[in-house]
Amino acid sequence: MAVRVQPGPFDMGEEANAFAAAQTGGMGAIVTFTGVVRDVAGGLEAMEIEHYPGMTERALERIEAQARERWALGDVLILHRHGRMRPDEMIMMVATSARHRGDAFEAAEFLMDYLKSRAPFWKKEHTAQGAGWVAARDEDEDALSRW
Amino acid sequence: MIDILYFAWVRERIGIPREAVETQAATVAELVGELRAREERYAAAFSDLSALRVALDQDLADFDAPLAGVREVAFFPPMTGG
Repeated sequence: MAVRVQPGPFDMGEEANAFAAAQTGGMGAIVTFTGVVRDVAGGLEAMEIEHYPGMTERALERIEAQARERWALGDVLILHRHGRMRPDEMIMMVATSARHRGDAFEAAEFLMDYLKSRAPFWKKEHTAQGAGWVAARDEDEDALSRW
Repeated sequence: MIDILYFAWVRERIGIPREAVETQAATVAELVGELRAREERYAAAFSDLSALRVALDQDLADFDAPLAGVREVAFFPPMTGG
C-alpha cells in the first residue's frame, strides 16, 4: 500500500511499472488512472493545488482502507501532487491490483470519486485575467451516492 | 488554546493560514460565532456555513460537533482534488 503526496512531477510509466513489479499472489489485473491538468475555459496558465498536510495523508489512507474492505485488492497506490503545475501536466494517479479486473476497475473508480471530494485538496486556476478557486461540483458529490 | 487553520479562499479572506485562540466555545458552531464577532473579515468568511467544511484534529466533522479535547480545528471550502 502506498499513499504519496508530493510537489514534484512523476513519471506514470515508471510508477505503473514499479507497481506491477511489486505484485505477488497471482494478481491478474492492474488498473491505473492518471489525472491531467485540463484547460477547460481556455487561457489557463497554471493550476495551483493547496492541501492540508497531515490530514491529506490520513484521508487518503482512510479511503484506501474503505476500498480494501469492499473489494478483494492486492495493492493500492494513490499519488497526488500539490503546488503549481501547467496545463497537460499530470496531477495525480491511482493504481489498483486484484485477481480479477472487475475489482481493480471498480476500486479505482471508487478511489477517484472519494479523493475528489473527501481528501483536502483545493484547486486554484491562474489565467491572464486573474486567479480563482475552482468550485466543487454537485456531480462530484452525487458520484459518491453510487457506492 | 486551540489551533485554527484556514485553507483556500477561507485563508485568503481571513488573511492568515493559522492562529491559536483562547476559547470557551463548546461546539464548532459556538467557535464560529466567536470568530464572526471579531472582525468583518471573519464575518465575511463565515457568512455562509453551507459553503464551508470543518475538520477536527484532521477528521471531517459537523458544525454541531463538540470541541472538548480538540487541539486543531480547520475551516475550508468543499474539496476539489483529483
